[in-house]
Amino acid sequence: MRKFTDEHEWLDCTGEVATVGITTHAAEQLGDLVFIELPKVGAKLTKGEAAAVVESVKAASDVYAPVSGEVIAINEAAVTDPSSVGTDPQGAGWLYRIRLDDPASLDGLMDEAAYAEFAK
Amino acid sequence: MSPDVACTPLHALHLRHGGRMVPFAGYAMPVQYPAGLLKEHLHTRAQAGLFDVSHMGQIRLTPHSGDVDDVARALETLLPIDVLGLKSGRQRYGLLLDASGGIRDDLMVAHCGDSLVLVVNAANKVADEAHLRAHLADACTVTVLARALVALQGPGAEAALTRLAPEVAAMRFMDVRMLGLLGASAIVTRSGYTGEDGFEISIPEDKAEALAEALLADPAVLPIGLGARDSLRLEAGLCLHGNDIDPGTDPVEAGLSWAIPRVRRRGGVRAGGFPGAARILAALEDGPSRKRVGLRPEGPTPVRAGAPLFADETGTAVGQVTSGGFGPSLQAPIAMGYLPAALAAPGTRVFAEVRGKRLAVAVAALPFVPAGFKRA
Repeated sequence: MRKFTDEHEWLDCTGEVATVGITTHAAEQLGDLVFIELPKVGAKLTKGEAAAVVESVKAASDVYAPVSGEVIAINEAAVTDPSSVGTDPQGAGWLYRIRLDDPASLDGLMDEAAYAEFAK
Repeated sequence: MSPDVACTPLHALHLRHGGRMVPFAGYAMPVQYPAGLLKEHLHTRAQAGLFDVSHMGQIRLTPHSGDVDDVARALETLLPIDVLGLKSGRQRYGLLLDASGGIRDDLMVAHCGDSLVLVVNAANKVADEAHLRAHLADACTVTVLARALVALQGPGAEAALTRLAPEVAAMRFMDVRMLGLLGASAIVTRSGYTGEDGFEISIPEDKAEALAEALLADPAVLPIGLGARDSLRLEAGLCLHGNDIDPGTDPVEAGLSWAIPRVRRRGGVRAGGFPGAARILAALEDGPSRKRVGLRPEGPTPVRAGAPLFADETGTAVGQVTSGGFGPSLQAPIAMGYLPAALAAPGTRVFAEVRGKRLAVAVAALPFVPAGFKRA
């Protein structure tokens, strides 16, 4: 199921692996993206730390790790063509996949309805 | 917008065209429209973009004597440029200096026949007006013009504007003309802040919306926000006061010596006589100890204002990035900053610190994108 954070990231979870990206709302706020920096495969992330960077023409924005875990895959297409993230931020524009240290850590995150309310 | 933020005469137009408004220098300004920064930037270089720059200050200096030469002489005590030699119908770039030769503001000076009209940066316009009054009151009246200002920039600008005023086709870069636009008296200069051919149009506030909509009715003209204005001027190697120039930088290290003509330099007929002259005239002859340079990151990571610069991968900072971002016409990150003169030659490899890592950056000649001015 899909969960959301108050830093405008989304996670799609299957078992202990989550796919992470930025929300459509975040992508719209950022505008045209020109550079994306992703964590390295194998990197150990701690919840709340800066995991990736997305840059628009005007500014760099940190993307935070919504949960703790190990990065098992990254979306190379996002790196070679940052605009692809803006086109479909909640689908083909995913950023990285993480194996959760603790599946229960998803419980505190928002569902789609709660995020829609939050992002207003 | 909070009540402390003012609106320009084009505010309703910005909202109608989907402008995303942000506070800037005390005004609600569009940072972009639905097209977005990349499209707005590229469109301006390909066709024509219309910018609302009404937040900037427009100040008229009218001589008490009726002779503009008297104002020109007085203004030369504040600017290191040739104002006396500026002919009616011409405009020049100028630098307002402080006592140590630092740059209080950069501006344009236009000779409008019976007066000089200055266009100054929005963030400095209140201080500039006070400064001009304090120093020029004996020579002239200082009047802040309550007028709108729009910039029409790009290779398609002439075609778009000639539809409303055919006489602009005869204007050359840095010409000034007083002419009628949609029945209103406009002050038009052939200049801008994008590196492209284009015009800046000063118009009475109550005629601004009609003029802007008339220009936007042309399919070649799109409204452009401040975001693209910044990426356009950065590609053109143009300084932004507050970033690349400020009271802590002098014109010589800023690479603006070209604005100081021979007549104001040592040996010239009107040498010196402006604030900080001793320091500036010496730097003109001895060379500055540091220089503003263009910077091209070797990798894809943008390097932004505030990033320290290093001569190598270890060691202490030797300079700083003052403007930086992404150049859509180059599809690459670009920046400007200051380096010691010894490291300022194009091709020199230095390092910028970004998020704790030192990234290789090459010194590059400016502008990054060649200019399109209509000079001849």
